[in-house]
Amino acid sequence: MSPVSRGFHRRHSVPAGDVDRVPPGQYLTSDFPVLSAGPTPRTALADWTFSIRQAGDTSKSWNWQEMRALPAETVTADIHCVTRWSKLDTEWQAVSIDTLLAQVQHAASYVLAFCDGGYTTNLPVQDITGGKAWLAFGYDGDPLEPEHGGPARLLVPHLYFWKSAKWVRGLDLLDADEPGFWESYGYHMYGDPWREQRYAGD
Amino acid sequence: MAGTAIRGRLTWQVASVESVRQETASVRTIELQLPDWAGHRAGQHVDVRLTAEDGYSAERSYSIASAPGEPVAITVERLDDGEVSPYLTDELRVGDEIEVRGPIGGYFVWDSHDMPSQLLLVAGGSGIVPFRSILRHRERSGSMVAVRLLYSARSLPDVIYRAELDQHQSGVSVNYTLTREQPPGWHGYARRVDEALLAEVAWPARAEALAFACGPTPFVETVAAGLVALGYRPGLVKTERFGATGGS
Repeated sequence: MSPVSRGFHRRHSVPAGDVDRVPPGQYLTSDFPVLSAGPTPRTALADWTFSIRQAGDTSKSWNWQEMRALPAETVTADIHCVTRWSKLDTEWQAVSIDTLLAQVQHAASYVLAFCDGGYTTNLPVQDITGGKAWLAFGYDGDPLEPEHGGPARLLVPHLYFWKSAKWVRGLDLLDADEPGFWESYGYHMYGDPWREQRYAGD
Repeated sequence: MAGTAIRGRLTWQVASVESVRQETASVRTIELQLPDWAGHRAGQHVDVRLTAEDGYSAERSYSIASAPGEPVAITVERLDDGEVSPYLTDELRVGDEIEVRGPIGGYFVWDSHDMPSQLLLVAGGSGIVPFRSILRHRERSGSMVAVRLLYSARSLPDVIYRAELDQHQSGVSVNYTLTREQPPGWHGYARRVDEALLAEVAWPARAEALAFACGPTPFVETVAAGLVALGYRPGLVKTERFGATGGS
C-alpha cells in the first residue's frame, strides 16, 4: 500500500481524447528531450553505411545513396521514453526494416543494433518486422539532426525509445537474445511501455 | 543472457524522510531512511514515486547526492511547471514517507578502484548532484585521483553545495563560472562553458582523463562536443542530460 503524500496532486493532465495513448507512468511533452550516454557522433554521409551482419560477416550493406533510393514512407507514431516523457504524433521519414531484411536470407530470431559511438540495443526480429520498425532519416520533413540520432536512427515506437537506437549503422542477426548497452546496465530486455518494463524484472 | 550484469527486480520500498536541507532558494537535499538498501555507486540514481489522496501517482528519477556507504540522499531542484519536484522541495517534511526504488544506472558512475589518471567533472546547474556523490566517494575511499571540477551556475546564490565544495579537498580543483550575475570582486569565470573555457580548465587530452558532464541538454552537448574537439576520446566522455521537461 503506497503512502499518500498529502497535498500532492496531479498537475500534468492528459487531454481526454489522448488518455488511451499514454502508457502508465508517462506524461506528455511537446519538447523533444535528448538522452544519450556520450558525445553526439557526427558521421559524414559519404562515410555512412548500414550493414546487416550474420556471424561476423556482412550479408548486405547500403551506402547513403543506396539507402535513400529504397522506398521510403512517412510514419506518424507516438513515442515513449523510459525517463517518462511521451510525445504523440511524431512524424518521420523512414525506410521500413522489412524492406532491408527482405534483401537478406536469414533465420534469426533476434538482432543487436549497432551504432556510431558504440551503443547497442537488442530486439526480437518479430518486433522489427511486419511494419513495426523503420530506419528513420527525417523528422518533421527535415533531415534528422545529429542530437536526435541523425543521419539515421531506428524507429521502433511500440517499445521504450532507447530501443530506437540513434546513429544506427546496422543490425547483427542473432539466434539468441543478447543484452545491448542499457540492457546490460539493468534496463529491461524487451521494454514494453504498456507493461512498464523499465528495468530488469519489471 | 550469460555474462551480463543484469540484477534482480528493483522493488519499491517506503522511505522516510530523515532530514531536509535547503541548498539554494529552489534546491533542497532530502536524506532518506530506507529499510532495505544494498548500496549504490557514485553517479547512480533512484526513482521516486508520490501517490495522491485520489490514488494518482507520479514517478521521477533523481541522482543520488550521497556517497556509497552514506544514507541515500537526493538533491532536487524545483521546476515551476513540474509535478513532482515542487512537492519535494516545498511540501515534504521530516518523517514523511515516499516510495523509492533503486539504485539505477551503471554507466555514468565512478568507482574508487577505477583509476583513470585524472577525472574531469563538468556540471551545469543541478548537474552538480552526481558529482557530490563522486567527490564524497573519492574522499571517503582515500582515492588520490586528481580531479578538476568546472561548475557553471547562473549566480553565486544558485551554486549548490558551495560550502562543501569550497572546503578544498586535496587534489581537487574547483572552478566556478557564473553566467548571469557575478558578485563584486568575483575572480572566477563569468562566461558560458564553451570549447575555449574547457581548453583553459580541462586536463589536456593527452592525459587521457575520464570526463563526466551533467546538466541541461544544450550544456552537455556543448561540453561533450568541446571535449571531443580538444582531443578527448568519445569513449572517455560520459554524459547525463536532462531536458526541459525530462528532469522534473
